[in-house]
Amino acid sequence: MSSDNPRESIVDSTAAQTNTQEARMGEGVDDRFNSKLREAFGASPFILTKFDKFMNWVRGSSMFMLQFGIACCSLEMMHTYAVKHDLDRFGSGVPRASPRQADVMIVPGTIVSKFSPRMKRVYDQMPEPKFVVGMGSCTISGGPFQEGYNVVKGAEEVIPVDIHVPGCPPRPEALVYGVVKLQERIANGESAPVTVKPYELEQFGDLEQDEIVDELAKEIDEETLVMRYNWADSP
Amino acid sequence: MSTQKETPDKPVVEGVDYDALEDLLGETVIDRESHLNAEGFVVRPDEVQDALFTLRDEAGFDHLSCLTAQEYEDRYESIYHLKKYDDPTEEVSVVVPTSKEEPVSQTAEPVYRTADWHEREAYDLIGIDYDGHPDLRRILLPETWQGHPLGKDYDQDKPQLVSFDEHANPLQEDHADAESDTMFVNIGPHHPATHGVLHLETTLDGETVADVDPDVGYLHRCEEQMAQQGTYRHQIMPYPDRWDYSSAGLLNEWAYARAAEDLADLDVPEYAQVIRTMGAELCRIAGHMLAVGTFALDVYGDFTAIFMYAMRDREKVQTILEDLTGQRMMFNYFRLGGVAWDLPEPRDEFFEKTRDFLDDLPEALEEYHDLMTGNEIFQSRCLDTGILEPEAAKSLGATGPVARGSGIDYDLRRDDPYGYYDELDWDVVTEDGCDNYSRVLVRLQEVEQSAKIIQQCIDLLEDWPEEDRDIQSNVPRTLKPDPDTEIYRAVEGAKGELGIYIRSDGTDKPARFKIRSPCFHNLSTLPEMANGEFLADMIASLGSLDIILGEVDR
Repeated sequence: MSSDNPRESIVDSTAAQTNTQEARMGEGVDDRFNSKLREAFGASPFILTKFDKFMNWVRGSSMFMLQFGIACCSLEMMHTYAVKHDLDRFGSGVPRASPRQADVMIVPGTIVSKFSPRMKRVYDQMPEPKFVVGMGSCTISGGPFQEGYNVVKGAEEVIPVDIHVPGCPPRPEALVYGVVKLQERIANGESAPVTVKPYELEQFGDLEQDEIVDELAKEIDEETLVMRYNWADSP
Repeated sequence: MSTQKETPDKPVVEGVDYDALEDLLGETVIDRESHLNAEGFVVRPDEVQDALFTLRDEAGFDHLSCLTAQEYEDRYESIYHLKKYDDPTEEVSVVVPTSKEEPVSQTAEPVYRTADWHEREAYDLIGIDYDGHPDLRRILLPETWQGHPLGKDYDQDKPQLVSFDEHANPLQEDHADAESDTMFVNIGPHHPATHGVLHLETTLDGETVADVDPDVGYLHRCEEQMAQQGTYRHQIMPYPDRWDYSSAGLLNEWAYARAAEDLADLDVPEYAQVIRTMGAELCRIAGHMLAVGTFALDVYGDFTAIFMYAMRDREKVQTILEDLTGQRMMFNYFRLGGVAWDLPEPRDEFFEKTRDFLDDLPEALEEYHDLMTGNEIFQSRCLDTGILEPEAAKSLGATGPVARGSGIDYDLRRDDPYGYYDELDWDVVTEDGCDNYSRVLVRLQEVEQSAKIIQQCIDLLEDWPEEDRDIQSNVPRTLKPDPDTEIYRAVEGAKGELGIYIRSDGTDKPARFKIRSPCFHNLSTLPEMANGEFLADMIASLGSLDIILGEVDR
């Protein structure tokens, strides 16, 4: 028996359902609207659930990724999107080039001082609710480059991260696992504590007042994003 | 160019006649040093251009391969590593010492245009001031950075401020009248067409690019510092994988292996050389596939067939490489003096798998040619756009497929042989078109050549007698090359000439480790290609350069 046809037990029970539908929608409405799912529910076209729960399920089942390549991990990220691994199977969408259309940012690589204000700006441009998957050791701690003079020691210095996927780089399977884990958490209504460090312009009082600090202090207004890196205090 | 002839009087059978060069340079030479790769002539900091002009115009050294800047206890030093495009085994170095108090040295930019970016990098990281440089500002670190991180007295714990500023329009003053309508556009650092975190400061006049200035450094991961902190034997080898991360790791590892093996005078068994050659060419295929796939992504604009096909073929290569090395991308497979382990058992299975891949490759390439090079839309986008004349390419230090797409017959695998390449039968691919199309065509044809090399390597490995399968030579546990030995060695990476300069100071770590990145200098040709062209053609040119930001910024 073709799976396109409803099972016997369901066919038998459709009378009540058809009546309900006719009462609701008028006679002669196309059969197409009678999905198998609807039939399985029986007479009632309604499901009772909590709105929040429903929204969380929706949110977790359809996520748009930000197309965001930084470093080595972005190659494995591309492989995760592409044939063979195909992240889309899990409802994690295709990459969107604009942060305005994205729900999830995968941070694939090392973040250096010059880039982190830009990354923060891209993160700020994403609409709420937004989630971040940190991919690779560099987004956890700076990874193999942790001792570098220019390397920010983990993405959490700049933006909050929900899921960390370790590896250098993580295999596509690992990234898939991380993304699915994030979806699961979203569907369950869990969100990660925000542990972002303050990044906005602070008082730079403890810095030596040299030319550049003076010049910057003059130029900076509230719109300007300035990041300060105190390497000695970083983890 | 009238520079292709060897120095007069003494015809040299092999190598460069340094005495004749010293005579040629005459008064400018104040001392002579001996590096492992070439002799170095010491010149005064205010006579750099004289010496370089002489070497370029009268001795034929038309390729400034690398500029290494470094700080000693008592002086700063810039070393210009010169080569010839015709024969890269002919090398000479020009060493320019400057005092600690006043580190000012004459710029080489009028002689070699590629010195522009070289010197900006040296200024940024070491702090040498190049007198007469047209635009000496930081290139890798943010403008607001304080100090020069590879200098001796740099304090790494010092707090730094980095601001996010909108960039001013660089053409504004020239176009101040109301008639003008140039527009300034930031492309990147987060943009799908920049292949990573590259920032192009573009000034548009209508749809035409009036000026483009690549702003790099968004992925400057201090690779040179990392290498200088690691010991020769094992701690440096993992990092090269992360320079050019388009799965071209083994090619980069080879650059380090070659330099360090020549520095410490280590042999590599022939069997290991064959494995290296095979692995490196597999990496080249993976790298070129990525280049072709993302180029199609740029030109056609969607994650459709070609990109997915390229990814499919890369998956196959990565599976083979994973069998060989144990990792998909960051192989860490080469060791000084050989490779980490032999081919995976059962060997037959590995050979069969690789052969299967090679058998399917011609058909796959046929598909790429159908979809790309044979496609009329693609041709109208790529033919005669992004022109890079050979003269400009040489002066800007372009190498690899970018140079070969401009008709420059330059491939270190053949011209400066290493590994097992000179025993094998393969060709260097060149195209004369000088346009985006030629560069893509070169890559697609190089995949064929790489497959040919792998085929031969597999035949060799299959018949290799079991008792001769030495994968590593005898290497001391701790390598301590003689103090003040200097070497510059390059290999043909996926993107071009990947060179490493190492100076040892008698310890087990290098005192200076400089990476000559092919992508960095290929990228510097972008303004040459894009200025005056349409914006869309600039995106295609950028894609055809095939830059990997990890290697550009290092």
